This record gives sequence, structure tokens and C-alpha cells, in this order.
Amino acid sequence: MLSRVAESIYWMARYVERAENLARYVDVTLNLILDQPVGSCEQWEPLVSTTGDQEYFNEHYAETDADSVIQFLTFDRDYPNSIISSLRIARENARSIRETISSESWEALNEFYHFVLAATNNGGRVGSPSEFFRTVRQYSQLFGGVIDATMAHGESWNFFNMGRMLERADKTTRILDVKYFTLLPSIADVGTPIDDLQWSAVLQSVSGLETYRKRYHGLTVPRVIEFLILDRAFPRAVSHCLTASDVSLHAITGTPAGEFCNSAEQRLGLLRSELAFMRVEEIVDDGLHQFIDSLQTKMNSASVCIHETFFALRPVETLTMSQSQS
Amino acid sequence: MSDNLQFQGYETDGFFDELFDDHNQPRPEGQLLVETINSLGVGELRMRQEAIERALMRMGITFAVYGDEQGTEKIFPFDIIPRIVGATEWNRVEAGLKQRIRALNCFIDDVYHDQNIVNEGIVPRELLEDAKTYRVACHGLSPPRGIWCHITGTDLVRHADGQIYVLEDNLRCPSGVSYVLQNRMVMKRSFPQVFNSARVRPVIDYPGRLHTTLRHLAPSQVDNPTTVVLTPGIYNSAYYEHSFLAQQMGVQLVEGRDLVVKDGFVFMRTTTGFERVDVIYRRIDDDFLDPKVFRKDSMLGVPGIMDVFRRGNVAMANAPGTGVADDKVIYAFVPDMINYYLNEEAILPNVPTYVCQRQDDRKYVLENLDKLVVKAANEAGGYGMLVGPHSTKEEQRTFAHLIEENPRNYIAQPTLSLSRVPTIVDDHFEGRHVDLRPYILYGEEIFVLPGGLTRVALRKGSLVVNSSQGGGSKDTWVVAQPGMLTGELDA
Repeated sequence: MLSRVAESIYWMARYVERAENLARYVDVTLNLILDQPVGSCEQWEPLVSTTGDQEYFNEHYAETDADSVIQFLTFDRDYPNSIISSLRIARENARSIRETISSESWEALNEFYHFVLAATNNGGRVGSPSEFFRTVRQYSQLFGGVIDATMAHGESWNFFNMGRMLERADKTTRILDVKYFTLLPSIADVGTPIDDLQWSAVLQSVSGLETYRKRYHGLTVPRVIEFLILDRAFPRAVSHCLTASDVSLHAITGTPAGEFCNSAEQRLGLLRSELAFMRVEEIVDDGLHQFIDSLQTKMNSASVCIHETFFALRPVETLTMSQSQS
Repeated sequence: MSDNLQFQGYETDGFFDELFDDHNQPRPEGQLLVETINSLGVGELRMRQEAIERALMRMGITFAVYGDEQGTEKIFPFDIIPRIVGATEWNRVEAGLKQRIRALNCFIDDVYHDQNIVNEGIVPRELLEDAKTYRVACHGLSPPRGIWCHITGTDLVRHADGQIYVLEDNLRCPSGVSYVLQNRMVMKRSFPQVFNSARVRPVIDYPGRLHTTLRHLAPSQVDNPTTVVLTPGIYNSAYYEHSFLAQQMGVQLVEGRDLVVKDGFVFMRTTTGFERVDVIYRRIDDDFLDPKVFRKDSMLGVPGIMDVFRRGNVAMANAPGTGVADDKVIYAFVPDMINYYLNEEAILPNVPTYVCQRQDDRKYVLENLDKLVVKAANEAGGYGMLVGPHSTKEEQRTFAHLIEENPRNYIAQPTLSLSRVPTIVDDHFEGRHVDLRPYILYGEEIFVLPGGLTRVALRKGSLVVNSSQGGGSKDTWVVAQPGMLTGELDA
């Protein structure tokens, strides 16, 4: 398939997944605050700092409260990493490859965009924020489901899946990172039973509470980390996502599993096996934040390799939109 | 608002109405439609109209509202009442269009080779050589099978005298056929029962026929040619159509940056390397096609592609240079071309046209600006136009000046009284002026799509039907003759 088309599918998948995960970030905080009537403002601060765009936020917003953070992450058209901006870019990508994706999936994304656009045009006034973010998640999952159900699982779909899974892995680490800092008062608490309500909300934000309960029952920090990073079966766990991404990568190139013939396969394969043989105690001992930092660096480098392997061979550099990592 | 959309009380106001005759009786082809609509419950027609608008929005068949920062998008307005064309009348239109395309193709081929038609003085040489769309770079080119204009959209209008006239030819990158297919699709959802009994001829096979037409051009040594659609990209106003046609034909949609010329062939860049391209349905104007030959600053085209075309290693539809016949001054000579190349009389007449380059014509035009429609030779989309009876003295003075300064660039035509079709206006029907753009494919044989894009001027009294000037569209129903295939093959 055309390199440009492959790149657009890949980025379309990433940006929709990114929008969904932003909704999850906001939602988890909204949930936490419900359980915590006082001192709720500091819950919003980490959401801003984790974007890496604190400076932009400070320039445009006076307070760090629910309204401003939700506006910033969701409805800010000028902020390139908001939900509305992510969806706009996803849709532009989809529009440039309409003939490649199924009509049904284009329509699903188009409706998704118009739903958020209508709320944006309404100044971000939505009846119930948590209802709104739930709908955002549903639209994203509907989109993914329609893609899975209406497109041949050939090269196009594999580029889609590779992007979707890489993005999801990245965002799960971020949710964990942010919440680890805000929820864990001291390192001494690691390994002790923790506040059910708080961590339940985190697991709920990745739709993982029920699966977690079935596997581990009681909540402890190491188990939550193990579940979100190392679980092979939970669809939002980092290990699961990287494996799925790697499988799609091999399906695209036809390289046998466990081998590599380009830098993308090499990097992703390495990362995947690193996680496969890791124990959660090693992560806790080395420090979760440090571990996540290095994991994100490695995922970014895999993404750069994907770009160079499949998309970079272009005659003219005329990118019409910025497609950045965040 | 009564919301009781029925035809009782509908007036043709002395205009030619496509659905009703002079006595306000439905024409025979429209009888069934009128009965169906009159039998609908209160509010039902409006409900169907709104359902269609929602569907078009959901499908993203929209254009961005220019200069609107809120990202507002609008659908190309669509009116539910179709324009109906009877079988006999269509036969004449079809024959006339085929004749016209044959002659135009002869003309294009001639002007890039021997130029007999100018040598014999039938078309003045200076008019040809001054045409902006005349490409010296195309001299001596021989496109595959001798065909230049593979896809044409010809604009037809009906005047108060009942006669159908050719208003202009669009041979470069005529757009709108995707709306024909989409309009039909949504109409079929709204009125399934009428379609079966009204004997409407299908349009859905257009993409398949287009694909066949394109494959017909492939270099002869290629068994299984790779065909692509070349688009300027998502910011082009017709992008939706480019993507739709590629999707419907099942071929790649490419941008200039996806293509590269090497070793005398055109290739596209894929995730697994270079893949050869044999036929290109290009929707980029000549100007931007090849920066090595035409505009040097073009970022949309493919450097070197004209050289590959010249060598016969890639086919392009429409062939570069085809636009010479789009020039509105050249248009005035089409009946003469039909005569000259085919030795036939034109079946479909031109609108009488004054060529401002001719001294007598110019004098008449300048004296009658308030009665005429003046058009620039190479503008499209309703720009560069003066509609005399609707213009101010000031506008007429401006145009008089423009014409005197550059007479070659202007033609004038009498203001036609375009026919009308009932159209939903608030809670009732009013007649609105329409034109019709049928699509013609020239491959192994010439095919005229039974139907076309009916554009409607939504503003009361307006004669301008262009979408950029507030126009909308309607479905066009060509009625089948007895024994002819009706109904879409795939609803």
C-alpha cells in the first residue's frame, strides 16, 4: 500500500486512541473527587503536568481547577493535544484515506468528531461531564469495533492496530505514573493494602477493575502495577498492547515471529521480551516512575523506527499537519 | 407552518416547468411522483428530507464553510423533488452529446497536429493561439487510441421555448458525478416504491464504466494495468469526489507526492517499494500537473510525468491539453466543428453566443449589456460573470471596460429563462431554476450516463446554480423506454 496511506491509518488510530485516553484521564479524576469531598483541586494539577505542556496551560488559564483543566484537555482548539484537536487530526487523516478504510468506520469517526465538536462549539458546556466522557470512550470503542468488524485484517488493518496498540501502551503507563504519585503518600506504603476507593477509580478508568478483582481480589500497589504493565491478557495492559503491536508489525512485513529484519521489529521485539520476562518486584525495587520513564523512551524510539521503516521514504516533505508524539 | 407539503396551489408562474405543464397538470413522466407526494401524511415529506440531510452529514458529504473558524461544515443542499426527463427527450440528448464529444475530440486532436480547422479558417487562428488552455507542450502528442476527452460534463439548460441548449462543455476535470450517485442512493431510501414503478434508469454502474474506460487506455503491452486517481489532496473542494470514485472503482487514490518518475515510467511509493502505474485519472489541472513543463511552482504534480506520457508509458485521463475546448470562445465554434469533422448538423444547439473579439458582436454586446449574460473565457464557478438584467449600471460600466480592454476574453449570451422544478421552500413548493450536467465517457465507445447532476438555484429568482454561489442539487430521473433496464443493480 502507499506509504502515505499507511502513515495516515497509523496516525488516525493513534489520535483516536489518544482522545479516548484523555477522556479516561479526566474521568478518573472526576471519579476520585466524588469520593473525596475536600481538597480536590490538587487532583487536577498532575493532569496538566503529565501533558508536558504546563507552560501553555499557565499562559491560557488562570486556575488549575476542574473547569479549566477539562477545557484545556478536551475543548481547547488551539492546544494541539486536546481531545477535539486529536479528533480533528484523526479525522483529517481518515479523510485523506477514505477510499482505504470502510465507509462505516469513516462514518463512525465522523459522528464521533461532530459529537465533540458540538460540545466544543457550545463552550464545553455539557450536562454531565462524566456522562460526556463516558460517551467519548464509547465512540472511540465503537470506532475500533467497526474497524475490526468491517475491514479486512490485512496490511491496512495491521497498520491501524499497530498504531492503536502502541498509543494505548503509552497512555496506560501515563495513567499509572500520574496516579502513583498522587495516590501513594509514601514509598513505605508499597506492598501494604491500599485505599480501595482510590485505586478502584484508577482501575475503572482503564476499564480494568472487574478483571483485576477476578485475578487478584485485594488491592495492593505491586499487584496493580503487575496488572497494568505485565498482564498478557488484559487489553489495556502494556505488555498485552506491545505484543499485539508486534504481531501486527510482523504481519505487515511477513518476518517470522521472534526474528527481525528492520529496526522497528528489532526495537519492539526487544521491548516486548523485556516485559515478558520481568517481575513486578524488579519494577518496584527500581522505582516505578524511573521504570515508566525508561519504558516511554523505548516506546518512542520504537515509534521512530516504525516511521523510518515504512513512512520516511517520501519524495517531498509536505506534511500538512503536525503529527507529534506527546 | 402547516407542514403540509402538497402540490395543490403550486404555480408555474409562466416559466417552463419540468414537472408540470402550462395548465398546472403533471407531465406524464411525473404523474406517479406527484400522486405519491400528495398522498403522504402531514409532515412526512419534510421528515424524509431531514432524514436525508442527516444521512449526508453523517457520511461527511460536506464542504467547510469558508472563513469559519468554528469548523462548521455544511452539506451540499439537496432537494427531494427530482427532475424527471422523458425517454424520447433523453434519446435526443444522448445522441446530441455523443455527436458533440466526437467532434470535440476531433478538434482537440486536430489542433495539436495538423490544425486543418484553423488552416481552413473555420476557427480563427488567433482565437486558438490565445486560448489560455491551449498547451503548446502538447503539440504532436498522440494519446492512446486517439482519445483526449475521456470524461466530460456538459452543462445543458432549457429555455422558455422548451428547447434544450448546450451552455458549456467541461472537459478538464468535470466534477459532481459523485453527487449524482449519492443523491440517487438517498432518494432510493426515501422513495423505494416510486422508483420501482417510475421506471427510472440506473446510474450506479458509472464507477464500473469509468474504470473500464480508464483501463481501455492502458499501454497495450500491459495485461493487468494499475489505475489510480490523482488528487490535489484533502483541501481541494472536490476531494470528496476523488476519494469516492477511487473507492467505488477499487483503485488507489494518490497525491502528487506519492508518485515518482524513474527510468521512463511512473511509480507510486508503497510500504514495500515502488509500484508501476499505467493509467492515471487525474483531477489536477494541466497547470499543476508537471512542474517541469507547466507551472514551475506546482507542489501538487509529478515532475517528469509529461515526458512519460509522451513516450506512451503512462496514460492520463483527461489527456493534458484537453482544456482547449473548454474555452468559452472556442465553445461558440462547436456547431461548426460538428459540421466540419462529422459533416452533420448539431443535434443540440448552442446558446446563441456573441464573441467579443468580433467587431460587430462586440458593438452589439456593449450596447446591450443590460440584457446579456457576459462570461470570461476561462472562469468557472459563476465567477467573472455579469448577469445583465440583474446588474447595476456600475457593474455594466466595469464590464464594458473589461471587454474593451481584452475582448478576446469575453463572450455574451442572451439571458435565458431557465426552466424550473418544484423545490421545497419552507412549508410549500416553489419553482426554482435548474440546469443539468450529464456525464459522458469516451472509451471503446461513448457512454452517456442516463441522468446527471441537476443543479438548482435555491435563491428565489436566481439563475446561478453553482454550489459556490448558493446552489443545491436534485436527483435526475431518466425514464426508461419499454424493455429497457430499470432500477439500480445494487441498492
